[in-house]
Amino acid sequence: MTTLAGPGAASSVGSALDRVEGLEKVTGRAKYAYEYAPDDLVYAAPVQAGIARGEVRAVDADAALKLPGVIAAIWYGNAPRLAPAENAELSVLQSRRVAYRGQYVAVVVAETLENAVEAARLLRVDYDVEEHDVELRADHPGMYRPERVNPVYPADTEQGDPDAALAAAEVVVDEVYSTPAEHNNPMEPHATVAVWDGDGLTLYDSTQGATSVRDIVAPLFGLPPGNVRVVSPHVGGGFGSKGTPLSPVVLAALAAKHAGRPVKLAVTRSQMFSVIGYRTPTIQRIRLGADARGHLGVIVHDVFEQSSRIREFAEQTATPTRMMYAAPNRRTTHRLVRLDVPTPSWMRAPGEAPGMFALESALDELAFACGIDPIELRVRNEPETDPESGLPFSSRNLVACMHEGARRFGWADRDPAPGVRLRDGLLVGTGVAASTYPVYRRPSKASATALADGTFTVRIAAMDIGTGARTALTQIAADTLGVPPGLVRVEIGDSALPDASLAGGSMGTASWGTAVVRACEALTAALRERDGQVPPDGVEVSADTAREIGGERRFAQHAFGAQFAEVGVDPATGETRVLRLLGVFAAGRIVNPKTARSQFVGGMTMGMSMALLEESVMDREFGDYLNHDLAQYHVAACADVRDVEAVWIEEDDPHLNPMGTKGIGEIGIVGTAAAVANAVHHATGVRVRDLPIRIDRLVR
Amino acid sequence: MRPFSYLRAPDAPSAVATAAGRPDTMYLAGGTNLVDLMRLGVAVPDVLVDVSGIASGTIEETGDGALLIGAGVRNSDLAADPLVRRRHPLLSQAVLAGASGQIRNMATVGGNLMQRTRCPYFQDVTKPCNKRLPGTGCPARAGEHRNLAILGHSDDCVATHPSDMAVALAALGAIVHVEGAEGPRTVPMPGLHRLPGEEPERDTVLGQGELITAVEVSPLPFPGRSRYRKVRDRASFAFAVVSVAAVLDVADGTVRDCRIAFGGVAHAPWRAETAEAALRGAAATEAEFTRAAEAELAAARPLPGNAFKVPLARNVLVRTLVDLAEAS
Repeated sequence: MTTLAGPGAASSVGSALDRVEGLEKVTGRAKYAYEYAPDDLVYAAPVQAGIARGEVRAVDADAALKLPGVIAAIWYGNAPRLAPAENAELSVLQSRRVAYRGQYVAVVVAETLENAVEAARLLRVDYDVEEHDVELRADHPGMYRPERVNPVYPADTEQGDPDAALAAAEVVVDEVYSTPAEHNNPMEPHATVAVWDGDGLTLYDSTQGATSVRDIVAPLFGLPPGNVRVVSPHVGGGFGSKGTPLSPVVLAALAAKHAGRPVKLAVTRSQMFSVIGYRTPTIQRIRLGADARGHLGVIVHDVFEQSSRIREFAEQTATPTRMMYAAPNRRTTHRLVRLDVPTPSWMRAPGEAPGMFALESALDELAFACGIDPIELRVRNEPETDPESGLPFSSRNLVACMHEGARRFGWADRDPAPGVRLRDGLLVGTGVAASTYPVYRRPSKASATALADGTFTVRIAAMDIGTGARTALTQIAADTLGVPPGLVRVEIGDSALPDASLAGGSMGTASWGTAVVRACEALTAALRERDGQVPPDGVEVSADTAREIGGERRFAQHAFGAQFAEVGVDPATGETRVLRLLGVFAAGRIVNPKTARSQFVGGMTMGMSMALLEESVMDREFGDYLNHDLAQYHVAACADVRDVEAVWIEEDDPHLNPMGTKGIGEIGIVGTAAAVANAVHHATGVRVRDLPIRIDRLVR
Repeated sequence: MRPFSYLRAPDAPSAVATAAGRPDTMYLAGGTNLVDLMRLGVAVPDVLVDVSGIASGTIEETGDGALLIGAGVRNSDLAADPLVRRRHPLLSQAVLAGASGQIRNMATVGGNLMQRTRCPYFQDVTKPCNKRLPGTGCPARAGEHRNLAILGHSDDCVATHPSDMAVALAALGAIVHVEGAEGPRTVPMPGLHRLPGEEPERDTVLGQGELITAVEVSPLPFPGRSRYRKVRDRASFAFAVVSVAAVLDVADGTVRDCRIAFGGVAHAPWRAETAEAALRGAAATEAEFTRAAEAELAAARPLPGNAFKVPLARNVLVRTLVDLAEAS
C-alpha cells in the first residue's frame, strides 16, 4: 500500500537538493549527444560557403570521393529534397543561393572523422560571387519596421505625445548606445547523431527542446512527428542557441538519409560562429525627459538591428522599456535591416540583455544629470501598474531589491562624484542597474506513475540543459505527491515522453512544473480512489495543461532584480576588472536555492563578460565573424570572476502557477552590463556607451 | 586530416639531418601551437620530427654564472625554477603571464620561441595572408588589426609575435643556442625574431632544419629591479595587447642603466633601445620616463584600429618604470 501524505506535508521545494544526476555527470556516465555510437556509424564534415553572397556554380567532388573511406559528398545537386521550411535556415542544401559566409553548401560523409574533414577540404566549390553588405548602420537605407518582434510583440508602441514632452522636459538625456554581435558558447558544442530505420528517424541531439525538434524536423522529411524521436537526456548548455532546431541537425539527418548509414555530426567551436545564431548587434537611441527632481515625463527608445536575407529574426530589444518605469509619454521602435549575414537568434535574455544595457545606462546618466542617487531615481519612477497594459503587477519588488542590495553592498556611504577614488593604484567606482525578465508559461503534458514498490515515475519531455530542471521537477513532484524526493524518478529529455515546451524564455520550471503538479495531483486522486492499492503494473495518469495555460492575462507578470557592481580601472592602461558583483532578485518562489544560485551567478557572470569582453567582430571584407574561436572571442575567465554574489527576496505570488515561481534562467544577465558601465563612469568619469568596455575605450 | 609521417629523433644532430633542406618537415615539442595549426590547416607538414625526447629538459648553471635552459624545459618548470626566480624574476613573471596552467605544463622553451602569430587572418585558411601564403595579400591592414603591430611592420604584414617569454628574453639579452646542418651556432635575443619586411613568412632568422637546443641567460652587468607588466583584455589566458619587460637600476635619483622590451607591438619582441639610451644618466622621474617612452614610440606607425596602443605602450612603460624607481 502506498501512503501519500498529501500536498503540503513534505517540503522538498525550497531545499538545496543536490542535482539528481550529479553523480552520473561527475563520473562521466551521463551521455551527451555526441557520445551515442550506433552500429555502422559514419561521420559528417560540412563544407561552408566561402563567400557571403552569391550562388554555388559548381561542385567538384572527384578528389574528395577518391579519398579512402569517403562514402558520399552531398550538395544541392544531389541532396535529398526537403519540404519547405518556415525557417529557411533549415532548408539545408536545397538551393544554389548563398545567403552568408559559412552557410552549409555541402557535406561529406566518411568512415572516419579525419577522412571526412580532409574530404570536405578537398571538395571544390565554385561560386558566382555577388557584392555583399554586412555592416549594420542606423542610417542603412534597408531599415524597415518588422511586423512583430520576438516572439510576438508589436514592433512599435506609443503613448501620449513623446515629442512634445521631450521639448518641454527640464532635463533631457539623449544618447546612443550600442552592443556588438555576441555568440553563445555553451561548453558542449552542438552535435547530432542521426539514425534512420526505414521511415523512422532517431536524433540524438544536443537541444533545448526535444518535442520542438521532432515537430519541426519531421515535416521537412515528409514524416509525421511520430516517426521522429529526439533523445537528449543531458545537454551541456545552450543559452538559446539550442532553443530551436537549426541547420546542423537537419544536415545530419539529411546526410544519414543520403548515406544510408547513421551519421554523427559535431559542430566545431569555429563553425558555431556561423551556423548556430547569435545575438544581433544593436544600435539604440534613448531619450529621457524628466523634471529637475527626476520624475520621468517621457521615454523614447529606438532600436536598430540586423537579420539575415533568409529569415527575419527581430530581437525585442526595447520591450523592457515599455514596462520598467512610469512616464505618461513613451515611444519604442524597432527597425531591422536584412544583411548578408547569418541569422541572429536567441542568446540568454534576447531583448532584455541589450535593451536594459541602454535603458539602465541612460537612467544612470539622468540620475547624474539631476544630481539624484540612481536608486532614488528608480524609486521615484516606480509605476503603480504596468505602464503599457495598465494591468496590475501580480508582484513587483524592484524597489525592495534595490533597497536590500543597497544595504548589503554598502551603498549608503557612496560619494556620487565620478573619477575621484584611487585605491591600490586603481580608480574605483560603483554602479547599480535594474534587472527584469517577463514571466512566460507554455502548455505541456506529463504523466505520473505509482509503482508497486512504492516509488513514482514522472515523465515529461522537459530538458535539463545544465540548469537543474530535472532536480527541480523531482522536488515539485515529490511535494505534490507528499513523498520524499528519493522516491520519485523524473524522466526527461526524450520526445517519446509526453510533449513539453522547450527550455527557453526562463519558462521551463513554470511550464513543466505545472504539468508535473497536475499529473501528480491526478495520481494522488487516482490512488485515493484505490485506497492506495497499487497493482503490479502500477497506476499511471497523465495531465495536459493546454486549457489551464492561456486565456486573458489579468496581471502583468515579471521578475525583477537589482545589480550592483564595483570596478577597478587601471588609470594608466584602462584595464577594467569587476571587483564585486551583487545581484538581488525577486523571482517568485525559489524551488532549489543551490541550482537557482548557479543560474543567477552564471547569468551575472555572463553579463559581466558581455560588459567587458564579448564581441564578435564582423570582417567587412569577407563577411564573416572573424574571431571565431575561444582564444579570440573572449568570455570571462576564472580570474575575471572574483566576487559574485546572488541573493533573493522571497515572493509569495498566488497568480503565477501552482509552484509560485517566476523564471530565473535569464534575469541574471539583465542589467549587469549597465551596472558595470555605470560603475566605470563612477570610477573614471568616462561614460562608455558602446560595449564591450575594453582598454581602447578608456586609455588616454 | 592530412596524412603525415611522425618520427622520433634519437639526438639533435640526427633530427637536424632529417629536417635540414626539407621544407615539408617540422619539429614537434609540446605541440600546444603546432597541433592547433595542423588542425586549422595552417601548418601542413609531411613529416613531424618529435624532439621532445631529445631536447634538454634541465636548467644548468654555467661557470660564468649564466643559466643554460634546455629547449625542452616546460614553461611551468621554467617559471617555477628557484634559480630562475631568484636571478631572473622577470623571466618567471613573463612565462606565468602567458597562456594557462595546462598549456604551460605542455609548452616548451623552444616551442614558445617558435610559436606563430595569432593574427586572425593567418589562422584562417579561407582568407589571404602573406605570412601563410606569400603573395596573397594582407587583409588585416584594411580589416581587423586591433591586436596587431604598431612598430616595424611592413606593407606585407602587420602581425605581432605572441610570446611573453620572448619579450623578457629580449630584455635580458639571452643567447639562443641552435643546432644546424653546419653544426651549432648562437643567436642573440632579440635577434632571433625578425621584422616582416618583404618576407613575412619568415618569423625568425633560423634556416630550415635549424633546431633550438637551449637558451642561455647571463646576469645583467648591473643590479636592478625588474618587472614584466602585461596588459590584456581579460585577467588571464589572453595574449598581450601590450606588454613591457623592464629592468631598472637607479642610484641617487639617476638611472644608471636599464633594459626595456615591448611585447604585442611588433613582429618580434621590441627592444626599446632608443628609450634605454635616453634613460641612461637621466633623472629617474616620471617626466624623463615619459620623454624616453615617447622617443621610442616616435617610430610607431599605428593603423586606425590600433592607434590606442601608442598611448597604452607609453603609459604602461612609464607606470612600470615609476613603480620600479619607487621600489629602488
